[in-house]
Amino acid sequence: MIIYGTALLAVCHLVGVFVGNLLGSLIGVKANVGGVGIAMMLLIFARVYLRARGLMPSATEAGVGFWAAMYIPVVVAMAAQQNVVAALKGGPVALISAVGAVLLCACAIALINRAGPKPEDAAWRNGTVAEES
Amino acid sequence: MDMIEQAIRENSLVGAFAFVGLVMWLSIHLSRRLTFGRVHGSAIAIVIGLALAYWGGIQTGGSKGIADLELFTGIGLMGGAMMRDFAIVATAFEVHVDEARRAGLIGAVALLLGTLIPFAVGASVAWSLGYTDAVAMTTIGAGAVTYIVGPVTGAAIGASSDLMALSIATGLIKAIMVMVFTPAAARFMGLDNPRAAMVFGGLAGTVSGVSAGLAATDRRLVPYGALVATFHTGLGCLMGPSVLFLATKAIVG
Repeated sequence: MIIYGTALLAVCHLVGVFVGNLLGSLIGVKANVGGVGIAMMLLIFARVYLRARGLMPSATEAGVGFWAAMYIPVVVAMAAQQNVVAALKGGPVALISAVGAVLLCACAIALINRAGPKPEDAAWRNGTVAEES
Repeated sequence: MDMIEQAIRENSLVGAFAFVGLVMWLSIHLSRRLTFGRVHGSAIAIVIGLALAYWGGIQTGGSKGIADLELFTGIGLMGGAMMRDFAIVATAFEVHVDEARRAGLIGAVALLLGTLIPFAVGASVAWSLGYTDAVAMTTIGAGAVTYIVGPVTGAAIGASSDLMALSIATGLIKAIMVMVFTPAAARFMGLDNPRAAMVFGGLAGTVSGVSAGLAATDRRLVPYGALVATFHTGLGCLMGPSVLFLATKAIVG
């Protein structure tokens, strides 16, 4: 049943957000601390666990895969509702801070990634649900 | 025409699916015809989305881009935090556990640097442009981390509302820059494997910027970057009003 996959995804999402909120209130922050990341890890563990027991038929996987494939369209919709006008009205402080932060971070990323080891296997390239043209 | 509008208004989410589908179709064709596939279709779609958001903001004066127009309220639902996070979690299904585990430590280091570097830049720029008190510097610096960390930090340390607006603007410009320029800078940043994507997720911050930037670069890298980036806002909200504010205060008095 395809809904099993979507339900599994939904449960992981909700538990993750719950734990994130709990973490946030425990350390006294008015924000969700890593809820989505926790949900992702739960889903990864659930997949590994269920697959090892043969409880993950392809219909169930499709219930998650559809939403993974909807990811880019959702991001486009997200872009279409950003407050671009406010961002452009921010003035020089906002602009210079943002440009400076992005440039410096890009250099830091380049530095770390070039210094790091080259990945030995390319298994991650296979098995994407959303093969775009 | 009225009947069509009514149909879309009553089924706003369905209308959004159709509209975004159209934007994607257009983008993929533009990518093939105009750039011969060199610029990714998703990248073009995201830029079109941002342009529409600008147009919507000008039309309505609202803060939610095109989603403030009555006909496009469905876009607000489709691209809102709920659906965005649901789709991001779903991408975790494709994560190769070994890859993610191998890069765990460097991801955490990147996360810490991704909070400290933007904060330092934001606070220094604020200082050099005349915002010399600790509250203003911290609020703007936190905005350079993400546009959520900015106002959360500002509220916690008692910043004025125009300072908060400034810090939100800083974070928004950063997110938009990451969305637009990641594909172009991907080679420079060595963004071609899961480990690099996790470093990118930690350093570039903002879930929206990272997720859109990676989507436009290589769809398969998205879950690795997002896995780290989702901790970015939480860490920023934790450090902003506490360690970073105290450090700033200690420096400028």
